Amino acid sequence: MKPSRFTYHRPTSVEQALGLLDELGPHAKVLAGGQSLIPIMNMRLAAPEHIIDINRIHELTKITIDDDKVVVGALVRHADLQSDSGVAAAVPVIAQALGLVAHPAIRNRGTTVGSIVHADPSAEMPAVLALTGGTLQVASVTGQRDIAADELFIGPLETSMRPGEMAISATFPVGPASVRTTITEVSRRHGDYALAGVALRLDVENGDVRSAAVAYFALASVPVLVDLTDQFVGPLSGLDLQAVADVAVAGLEPEDDIHATAAYRLQLARTLTYRALCQLAEQE
Amino acid sequence: MTDPEVRYDITLNINGTPYEISVPARRLLSDAIRHDLGMTGTHVGCEHGVCGACTVLVDDRPMRSCLMFAVSAEGLSIKTIEGLAGADGSLHPVQQAFRDCHALQCGFCTPGFMMTIAAGIVDNPAPDADQAREMISGNLCRCTGYQNIQAAVLRAAQLASTAVPR
Repeated sequence: MKPSRFTYHRPTSVEQALGLLDELGPHAKVLAGGQSLIPIMNMRLAAPEHIIDINRIHELTKITIDDDKVVVGALVRHADLQSDSGVAAAVPVIAQALGLVAHPAIRNRGTTVGSIVHADPSAEMPAVLALTGGTLQVASVTGQRDIAADELFIGPLETSMRPGEMAISATFPVGPASVRTTITEVSRRHGDYALAGVALRLDVENGDVRSAAVAYFALASVPVLVDLTDQFVGPLSGLDLQAVADVAVAGLEPEDDIHATAAYRLQLARTLTYRALCQLAEQE
Repeated sequence: MTDPEVRYDITLNINGTPYEISVPARRLLSDAIRHDLGMTGTHVGCEHGVCGACTVLVDDRPMRSCLMFAVSAEGLSIKTIEGLAGADGSLHPVQQAFRDCHALQCGFCTPGFMMTIAAGIVDNPAPDADQAREMISGNLCRCTGYQNIQAAVLRAAQLASTAVPR
């Protein structure tokens, strides 16, 4: 349970970090919070030859809140994002989700952007990025680009980032005040990765649902976003929410693994979706 | 292995004292504390961040020392279980509470719990029973069944609120 040897690099600017990534190529790995990377290094599931520790790049520690978006720097710790009252007001689902991410000691070190690019299919924050229609800002020595959430996640622990690219920030759009969100999951132990998880977003104006979407995690190899807007015809109070939940999960095809059977995961998804719908329908 | 492993000369600030050590990049903070510095109060359980036994305070926040490299910890202020009691040997409120509530049996997990709770009752000086459970949810104990540890959280908060600040 000790990592194999590597060479340590500690750049103090994004420019330096990108230069190192370019020079060292695929043998290098970026270290931010390390709460996913170091366990797999300890278990020797990963053995990068070079570690680029970005923890001293202060320009990456910023949280910026505008009228229309929240931009989270690559070094923002989960705990700092979770306790930021401006973020909680602008995009409430971020703080709602972070309460489910591991434990306080992990959240104190782990970063939200790191969790997103780690792209664990059972993790909450990739699903939150998908639900909010967010983007990831990545950079390399040749320039910057944005990757939309629906193009970012391509498989378990796999993203569409290219070699030499580093995540700089994640951007979460701010919804109108009429948006209601919730996130819920079932895990074997509190703080563990989810067996099944649901993040729900309803935009409700005068009792009518203008738009609705649900993002599932731990139910496929990537977060699954389902648009439910068409299911909400007429006033919210009169709807059969169980029927909406049944439609929402109809396209899911979870797989068996050592933690749960596919049928159990699907049942969890259906039940959690129904509960989330009920919760948001009752909310004022 | 052919070439000797490159070592890095670093200074770790632990319990207010700077320590100069020479370590390979892959040295975990937990191992630097235990092996290089001989402070064996910090325990190592799972080495992948699940059990919480290795929890130390980094800039006053509880973190897993098995999930940090010692080289990354340069310049940060680290507090271990050895630094919890007062300089005169007086017990920290958390230590006193563990004694009062019989919150340990074998003691292996105890340093991690104590560091977690020491920071937890600063964040939340008056936790209720649910908040106490949430506070210790990231630490595993295989002896006590947690009831007495939960009681110790409440007792520690009570003791800390009446203690003379040091």
